[in-house]
Amino acid sequence: MSTLHVRIWRGGAQGAFREYEVPRHESQTVLDVVTHVQRQLDATLAYRYACRVGMCGSCAMTVNGRPRWTCRTHVDKVARAGRLEVAPLRNLPVIRDLVADMREFFDKWARAKGQFRGSATRTDDFARVSPASEQRRLADAAIECIGCAVCYAACDVVAWSPDYLGPAALNRAWTLVNDQRDTAQAQRLRAVAGDAGCHSCHTHMSCTDRCPKELSPTASIAGLKRATLKAALRDEL
Amino acid sequence: MRQGSSWWVALVHRLSGIALALFLPAHFWVLGHGLAMDGLLKWTEQPAVKIAEWGIVVLLAAHLGGGLRVLALEFLPWRDWQKSLTAVAAALTVGCGLALALAL
Amino acid sequence: MRAVRSQTLLWVAQRASAAVLGACVVVHLATIIYAVRGGLSGAEILARTRGNGAWFAFYALFVLAVTVHAPIGMRAVLGEWLGWRGRARDAVLLAFAMLLGVMGMRAVFAVFA
Repeated sequence: MSTLHVRIWRGGAQGAFREYEVPRHESQTVLDVVTHVQRQLDATLAYRYACRVGMCGSCAMTVNGRPRWTCRTHVDKVARAGRLEVAPLRNLPVIRDLVADMREFFDKWARAKGQFRGSATRTDDFARVSPASEQRRLADAAIECIGCAVCYAACDVVAWSPDYLGPAALNRAWTLVNDQRDTAQAQRLRAVAGDAGCHSCHTHMSCTDRCPKELSPTASIAGLKRATLKAALRDEL
Repeated sequence: MRQGSSWWVALVHRLSGIALALFLPAHFWVLGHGLAMDGLLKWTEQPAVKIAEWGIVVLLAAHLGGGLRVLALEFLPWRDWQKSLTAVAAALTVGCGLALALAL
Repeated sequence: MRAVRSQTLLWVAQRASAAVLGACVVVHLATIIYAVRGGLSGAEILARTRGNGAWFAFYALFVLAVTVHAPIGMRAVLGEWLGWRGRARDAVLLAFAMLLGVMGMRAVFAVFA
């Protein structure tokens, strides 16, 4: 049986990589590796996971320098010469070891007006939204985001500009811009425009490259650029 | 490679932009003397200057290529092939560099 | 004017000037390559450009577009790579824009007037 040499980040913002030897198995995922370390080698290791089948996004970490879902990352795909390096997600404060503080990620979601605001009440009839309408198709293309923060970790503009709302928040705002029931459009466009918003996206497309749901925040942000352009020209911003 | 092709094109676009922004004042200063400054033109005959001129033109072509990619991504309806705009940007740059190299 | 609105308009100006420059740069590159291939000397070039109203207008537009485009581009670089934001950055960029405008038009006059 061969062995994996795994470096895992231990500590907070200050810390160091520690080396572990983990038995290698067939069809092993990086999450399997981290779990082995915590259960068999060092119970003090802190890390997150939940579904372990690629649905919840909780296990997102930096593997060999790239943000990924560890439950969906086969060791065979990423281990070079039997070596692995696992660290917490970039661009977020580290709580401990592999656990990142997600608060800022969700705060920016809120700042981007990433919440639905409607005007109908329980006494009103259902809204009728055609799935084939242009707006709904645009929203549907971006709607599957589960807030795992892989895109946020991959984004260089997030790293360079602390106020930048980031790809996930902006992507979510775009789905709501295309929601014909939503009544907060003017405020939302104001929230996603400017230096902290869509206009700082430089189309590196790291978000689109890394998204485990194969979404394209770059496309959504481009849509926001066009929507805010219209609003600015109409003096509605 | 850790970074995708769009990341590299964006980096080249930014670095070439910075280089051009720094180059322009010097370029305008030289041109402000009028092209018939014989001494100055003699100086531009040097191979080092020729190579630098070629380099500036390549940077300009690279910046143009990268810029067209950004405009396409932001203003054209989204298609998956738009990710290959990188290739177009690169091709433009190389084409221009070759054209000038052959001319020099 | 709200900050978000002015920042959005900077982006609009950047993209609009980019579109203008896209056309200008293609013409400029073609012209350079043509002149170099033809082995034109400085005097020969000047003979074609001096007093040429169309070229004067073209390059004046080119300079104007550059005066808008380059400082806004550098604004992002200064903010993101040097962490420089705020009034001081904007003042420096405005000065840079004016420098490009003055020197650019001086060059346009020298070559095309």
